[in-house]
Amino acid sequence: MEKIIVSTIGITLIAAIYWFFFGKKEEAMDAKNNWDITVDGGYKPTTIKLFKDKPATLTFTRTDPTACLEEIVFPDYKIKEFLPLNKPVTITLPPPHKPSGFHCGMNMYHGRIDVA
Amino acid sequence: MKASFPIIGMHCASCAKLIERQLERTPGVSDASVNYGSEQATIEYDETCCDLPTIGKAVESAGYKAIVESVAGSDPVKKTPDELKEEAKRVELADLKVKVIVSSILSIIILLGSFPEWFSSFFSFSPKLYALISKPFFLLALSTPVQFWAGKGFYQATWSGLRNRAAGMDTLIAIGTSAAYGFSVLTTLFEPMLRAAGFPIVMYYDTAAVIITLILLGRFLEAKAKAHTSDAIKKLLHLQAKTARVIRNGKEFDVPIEEVQVGDVIRVRPGEKIPVDGKISEGASSIDESMVTGESMPVEKKAGDLVIGATINKTGTFLFLATKVGKDTMLSQIVRMVAEAQSSRAPIQRLADVVSGYFVPIVLMLAVATFVIWFDTGTFAQAFTNMIAVLIIACPCALGLATPTAIMVGTGRGAEHGILIKDAEALEIAHKINIAVFDKTGTLTQGKPTVTDIVPADGKKLKAESLLRLAASLEQGSEHSLAEAIVAEAQRKKIALNRADGFVAIPGHGVAGTVEKQKIFFGNRALIDKQKISYHAAEKTISNLEKQGKTVMMLANQKQLLGLIAVADTLKPEAKEMVASLGRMNIGVSMITGDNKRTAGTIAEQVGITNVLAGVLPQEKAKKIKELKSSSLNSKLKTLSSSVVAFIGDGINDAPALASADVGIAMGTGTDVAIESAGITLLNKDLRSVVSAIKLSKSTLSIIKQNLFWAFGYNVILIPVAMGVLYPITGWLLNPALAAFAMAASSISVVGNSLRLKGVNI
Repeated sequence: MEKIIVSTIGITLIAAIYWFFFGKKEEAMDAKNNWDITVDGGYKPTTIKLFKDKPATLTFTRTDPTACLEEIVFPDYKIKEFLPLNKPVTITLPPPHKPSGFHCGMNMYHGRIDVA
Repeated sequence: MKASFPIIGMHCASCAKLIERQLERTPGVSDASVNYGSEQATIEYDETCCDLPTIGKAVESAGYKAIVESVAGSDPVKKTPDELKEEAKRVELADLKVKVIVSSILSIIILLGSFPEWFSSFFSFSPKLYALISKPFFLLALSTPVQFWAGKGFYQATWSGLRNRAAGMDTLIAIGTSAAYGFSVLTTLFEPMLRAAGFPIVMYYDTAAVIITLILLGRFLEAKAKAHTSDAIKKLLHLQAKTARVIRNGKEFDVPIEEVQVGDVIRVRPGEKIPVDGKISEGASSIDESMVTGESMPVEKKAGDLVIGATINKTGTFLFLATKVGKDTMLSQIVRMVAEAQSSRAPIQRLADVVSGYFVPIVLMLAVATFVIWFDTGTFAQAFTNMIAVLIIACPCALGLATPTAIMVGTGRGAEHGILIKDAEALEIAHKINIAVFDKTGTLTQGKPTVTDIVPADGKKLKAESLLRLAASLEQGSEHSLAEAIVAEAQRKKIALNRADGFVAIPGHGVAGTVEKQKIFFGNRALIDKQKISYHAAEKTISNLEKQGKTVMMLANQKQLLGLIAVADTLKPEAKEMVASLGRMNIGVSMITGDNKRTAGTIAEQVGITNVLAGVLPQEKAKKIKELKSSSLNSKLKTLSSSVVAFIGDGINDAPALASADVGIAMGTGTDVAIESAGITLLNKDLRSVVSAIKLSKSTLSIIKQNLFWAFGYNVILIPVAMGVLYPITGWLLNPALAAFAMAASSISVVGNSLRLKGVNI
């Protein structure tokens, strides 16, 4: 009996983990080229939408002391910046042409740039 | 006057308003604004009424601290992002060190107390002491600071990640150790009840404490090793001079480097660093440029020559006009390019990128599955320890570090040798090059005419040196490029020149004048024919030299031919060795030029190139490169071997070809356009660096592959081992403490392997 209970709980837990991490739905958002992004256990907002062919200004404020998040990398723009704790850092991106991404220095936390 | 300075001690936006009001009340301050986010105050003040120290005191009176310099009028100390990063890293390392030491001591005691069957005999001198340290409540007391003080960072990261529905490596550590610690606490507090309910009475304080200690130790060592991956940029930044001695309005004084402006005249004395880029206006010197360009020999520079900031003036004193300052200097551009390359993504990294996005949640699911399967088929203790082992052994960090650390060290190593790599992709592709196409003029050759032969006329006692002295004395008044070659050769041989009187340039023919009391003519056949001087005896020599693609000039006085001087665009001395080296690496070498077949063939023969693309117009170079690429593709289809084309050039007209090639390599002497279009730039102007760049690419790729193999292999093999797949065959199960050791070692080994690139011979 206890094996059935543990198995049921286990399977439910696996399904819950899947839903929790992979079942996220991105909120619809308007495009703008001036974003304030909070770095706290990831990037908030995780996905931003920029207007095509216009330079964008992204201001990151890291409030999370996790060492993993102390660097932000935009591999497609060859930009890597150190994010001091609680100090806003502004990054200017050249006009975007296609969707791209950004991530922390360890490539564990990810953000997405959509283009409108 | 305007000034800005950092403020310390603000806790909220209202603090900023308070300081602003305090500053505006200070006599002499006309405007003040304080930014809470950047912790910076900016003020407008009248320096005749107040100074910065007074303003600093006003801020202090409000209960905050302003970091202003004691000297009025000078800029405050402002930390750059790099300095902030250095400071944060220092704090992080110091904090980690304390945590590692304290948790190590506690973990050792916990370990001793957790295994009476192994360690009680060590305490035969004091059984009472051992009885104390093996008590569950004592172990709980020691484990708690390790779990919640030393391991606080894991909880912080997990909490902030979960709020964002994301998970990192710290999530796995926090869940794994919390399970071990939490179950042990329950056992300690409610042992009778759990025993009555049939739960096994096992404690895992040692597991939780040892895991946290080993992972913190791993992070400490990793942070120390990682600091060395960006050594190259630090070295480059340290090259920058701090001050410059400028001459303004006839006064000479030192100013901070940030205040140097374009157009400033700057004096550089022997042994000093050249502060910014510029052009020598007065004086001459020998300059060591090795730190920026990698060129080992000092370069002689005179008025009109360009100097590079951060290089070292060896011997003479000179004045130069600043032409590029701040972020426009060559050093700043190099730092920018290296930093950009280190931030770019190598295509080989893509798989690791995809995997890292799913890694942690999948490991969490595998851990739950492990518990369920072991609970159903084995015991609770096996299920629990194996679940913890799975959580702890998984190491996404090694995957994340595998490529970027190698790229950082590889691009840095290149920069130290004057090989500037623009992005990780260029570095990755360079090792696959199997066709290298070289532009001729300025790339394989010096790009400017130089004296190749000095032949005194038959029967004349005149020595070659005297012949060159006469010709150079006459030509020193000419601006023709051939004249420059003659004068440069005389200067190189340190021949003192004499005055030339009555100098006349005869367009299309040559020059004439009086040197050393004799009328001298120096020019082509037409000039000598006009003077009716015979040169039949030298005709064969002239013909031979011309067949070699050289320009021959004759020197004669009013009576007879004195000798011949041949000038040609010569091969770079290292070109032949470089072509041979590429051949040994099985890379086919071609030369592309607008010259006719005869001239091109002569140069190609000298350098050892058999494949010559002659008579190619500048605009056709890119087309030829594309043709080579497509023909390579055909051969690829036939032979199933891949072909990659590199183009090496320097001129503006080479830019399309540089961009069209799989790897564009620009010579550092080239134009900015060429450098912008290329993936790799050779600052040291040495052609052998083409070989070095390819070797560096091979070494870097080899390290990346080793790292990825290790990082993937580690996780692919050890996660199933931790799940207990070997148990039915061998009876092996992985101890969670060993898993923690393996996890910590895997990240360190990846960083350590990347650092090996610092020692490779390129």
